[in-house]
Amino acid sequence: MASTVQFDLVSPERRLASYPATEVQIPGAQGDLTAMEGHAPTITSLRPGLLKVVGAEGMKAYVVTGGFAEINASSVSVLAEQAVPLDEMTPAQMDALVADACEAAAVNADKDTADKAVADLYAMRAQAGI
Amino acid sequence: MPSLKDLKNRIGSVKNTRKITKAMQMVAAAKLRRAQEAAEAARPFAERMTAVMSALAAGVGTGDGAPKLLAGNGRDQIHLLVVMTSERGLCGGFNSSIVKLARLRANELVAAGKTVKILTVGKKGREQLKRDWGNAFVGHIDLSEVKRVGYANAQTIAREVMAAFEAGEADVVTIFYNRFQSVISQIPTEQQVIPAKFEATGATNAQYDYEPSEEAILADLLPRGVATQIFTALLENGASEQGARMSAMDNATRNAGDMINRLTIQYNRSRQAAITKELIEIISGAEAL
Repeated sequence: MASTVQFDLVSPERRLASYPATEVQIPGAQGDLTAMEGHAPTITSLRPGLLKVVGAEGMKAYVVTGGFAEINASSVSVLAEQAVPLDEMTPAQMDALVADACEAAAVNADKDTADKAVADLYAMRAQAGI
Repeated sequence: MPSLKDLKNRIGSVKNTRKITKAMQMVAAAKLRRAQEAAEAARPFAERMTAVMSALAAGVGTGDGAPKLLAGNGRDQIHLLVVMTSERGLCGGFNSSIVKLARLRANELVAAGKTVKILTVGKKGREQLKRDWGNAFVGHIDLSEVKRVGYANAQTIAREVMAAFEAGEADVVTIFYNRFQSVISQIPTEQQVIPAKFEATGATNAQYDYEPSEEAILADLLPRGVATQIFTALLENGASEQGARMSAMDNATRNAGDMINRLTIQYNRSRQAAITKELIEIISGAEAL
């Protein structure tokens, strides 16, 4: 078994996951990145996307909508604004997320960022196949 | 001197009251446990968030380029006080203590020539503040329909507050809530959320790479930080409310018990007096023959 990092996923309301993982694929704001043991300390903000974690029991995926990740040589903490395990995600929830983002985009002054968020959500939806 | 019948009714009604307060205490105890769990579950996120933000804030500083949510908009004229109270009463001094603190602060600010605006969360505080500060109200957030406070509620409040800040309708935003200490002690707390204040953490941990840039992450995080602080406050407030209600209802139950004892003694005495009186009448009637 490859060496592991301590993976934590917390949302404002609760701690969703905390276990050792061999690799964590993070949807960073400037592109996906994979964190493994010995990664240089990094803080990156997240874009809406799929967070994939490879642990002892195989790969788990979570839908995250934003927040940031703190990567250390021995731990990865993801602080997501909203996070839902992919297999608990329903099309209805997905629709709600997209609707929220569209609504935010309509009132947001920063058009580019808001539109990007909506586009990211659509991309994630296609990727997740919901 | 109340009649025997009156006393009996009185005892009955106090007993009913005791049943109600006892039930409320139990409900509050159950709710308190839930609220405490929620507050505990939210803690890791808030702690991490603050740690990262204070590290970032220390790096970026409060120079000209700093985000406004951190450095402020350079003015200190309009203060927006967000007063968080409960939606229901019967929780002892819970609401009054928050309102008292908010009122004190508002008076100070006005004396210093500042403008005070008040945003109320929870209707009990609104009712108490209405008379003195009714003109200062700029809005109200109703959580009476909300069974369980979620992050979304905090976001709603945060959005409102930030909109006011961005529109220049508020320069400094402070929130008022009760910090949960224990069931018998809740501490009224004021906390400035905009411009953000961080305690210097001193120990700067490993040098991080920032992606995109330090400034961009900070700008992205600050609005979330506001929402997180408000969320934490709401949860603390929720736990405090249930704690305060629990101890208030405990007192009420005990008081009702004492009252029942006193009334029962009075009832028994009057009954005994009535019996004695009747006996005397019979005996003296018999002796007269």
